[in-house]
Amino acid sequence: MNWLFRYANPHNFMRLSNVLLPITAVATVLCLGVGLYLGFTVPADYQQGSTVLLLFIHVPADVAAEAAYGAIAICSLLSLVWRHPLSDIAGRAAAPFGAVFTALGLITGALWGKPMWGTYWVWDARLTSFLLLLFLFFGYMALWNAIEDEVRAARAAAILALVGVVNIPIIKFSVEWWSTLHQGESIVSGKIAPVYLWPLLIMMLGYMLLFVSLWMLRIRTVILERRARTLMQGGAA
Amino acid sequence: MNPFFTLLARDIRLASRSGGSAFLALSFFALVATLVPLGVGADLRLLARVGGGVLWVGAVLAALLSLDRLFQGDFEDGSLDLIALSPLPLELTALAKMLAHWLSTGAALTLLSPLLALLFNLTPAATLTLFLSLLLGTPAVSAVGAIGASLTLSLKRGGLILPLIILPLLSPAVIFGAGAVSLTLDRLAPGGALGLLAAFSAGAVLLSPFAAAASVRLNLGG
Repeated sequence: MNWLFRYANPHNFMRLSNVLLPITAVATVLCLGVGLYLGFTVPADYQQGSTVLLLFIHVPADVAAEAAYGAIAICSLLSLVWRHPLSDIAGRAAAPFGAVFTALGLITGALWGKPMWGTYWVWDARLTSFLLLLFLFFGYMALWNAIEDEVRAARAAAILALVGVVNIPIIKFSVEWWSTLHQGESIVSGKIAPVYLWPLLIMMLGYMLLFVSLWMLRIRTVILERRARTLMQGGAA
Repeated sequence: MNPFFTLLARDIRLASRSGGSAFLALSFFALVATLVPLGVGADLRLLARVGGGVLWVGAVLAALLSLDRLFQGDFEDGSLDLIALSPLPLELTALAKMLAHWLSTGAALTLLSPLLALLFNLTPAATLTLFLSLLLGTPAVSAVGAIGASLTLSLKRGGLILPLIILPLLSPAVIFGAGAVSLTLDRLAPGGALGLLAAFSAGAVLLSPFAAAASVRLNLGG
């Protein structure tokens, strides 16, 4: 665990991210560029026609949104159990990206739903659970913003995030019990054609790298902001 | 007397006296049930169809009304500090408060629900299912709500943020509760849905005292 706590010190994190950030940023641009190019050149699907393009924008957004909640959950655990100071900042910083990816997934899903299902919105299991996920992100951010004392806000938000983690599988199960129209999983089971699989995987990697880069950038910004505030108050940085 | 029951009796007394939450929650529940037919029309077949869902949503919202005061009042006048210093573990304090909240809102709403089901033209079988589902499901509302209440207890406007925090977490209760009523209307056995609802409730009641106690502790600065 030692490596984990070395980065509890913001200074060490700043040094590491200073090196990593340009690399992940370039990799993001490469992945998204290549993925989009491949996405535009795939043959049209025999059923879905050219709307299959949305696959490469929609699915990675959903995956990135779930990853963002996972990141918040891990940060929350670190901050509650080990009082890891950097993970407080990291959890808070990840939430807006999670909300945006969720919203992007919902919007692209709605645009895809119109030609395929004949309507922008259906009360289908997967759509509904993503809508609820969006509200979970909103609640997490609202709690963070509502409590003024940062240490308390961090721990309260961490408790909420962990309660959410326990509840998310139940929500998913209950919503699936309730209604299902969305197609099932087709990547791991190998039902997707390879010509679509490769651009999809590259786009997923691109979205993840985008999330990680923006996340690091945001954490860095918060740390710098705190340093600036400490300096302005005349204390030692 | 056992401190657990002392606290329970005190909270129930506070909720039932004038200005207390029990009567307000019941009135709110009845008002929602009155407004919905005004909004969707008086077609009795339609009302029977949506009745289970409407009454479930109404019950959850009515229980939510008084939740923000669950810890807040005691926090503001300092009694929460004294309660925390008492020999009763904070987890049991949270459980007593949840139980008091459930008895003064959830249980009362459950008792009122057959009367409102009549207004929605629910069949006797569906009314029974609604009653059972509220009986099994409202403890989860109080339990999950207590987590939200404890997280927001120090906030002046905690009542605004509380629904945003806990309503998404309560969606399974609404799905299974209203789903059980729909199954009964379709002449199917609601046992599965009620079982899942009871499981959700049991899990929530079991786990949430720990989460609520942890967040009370952090708000008391411990």
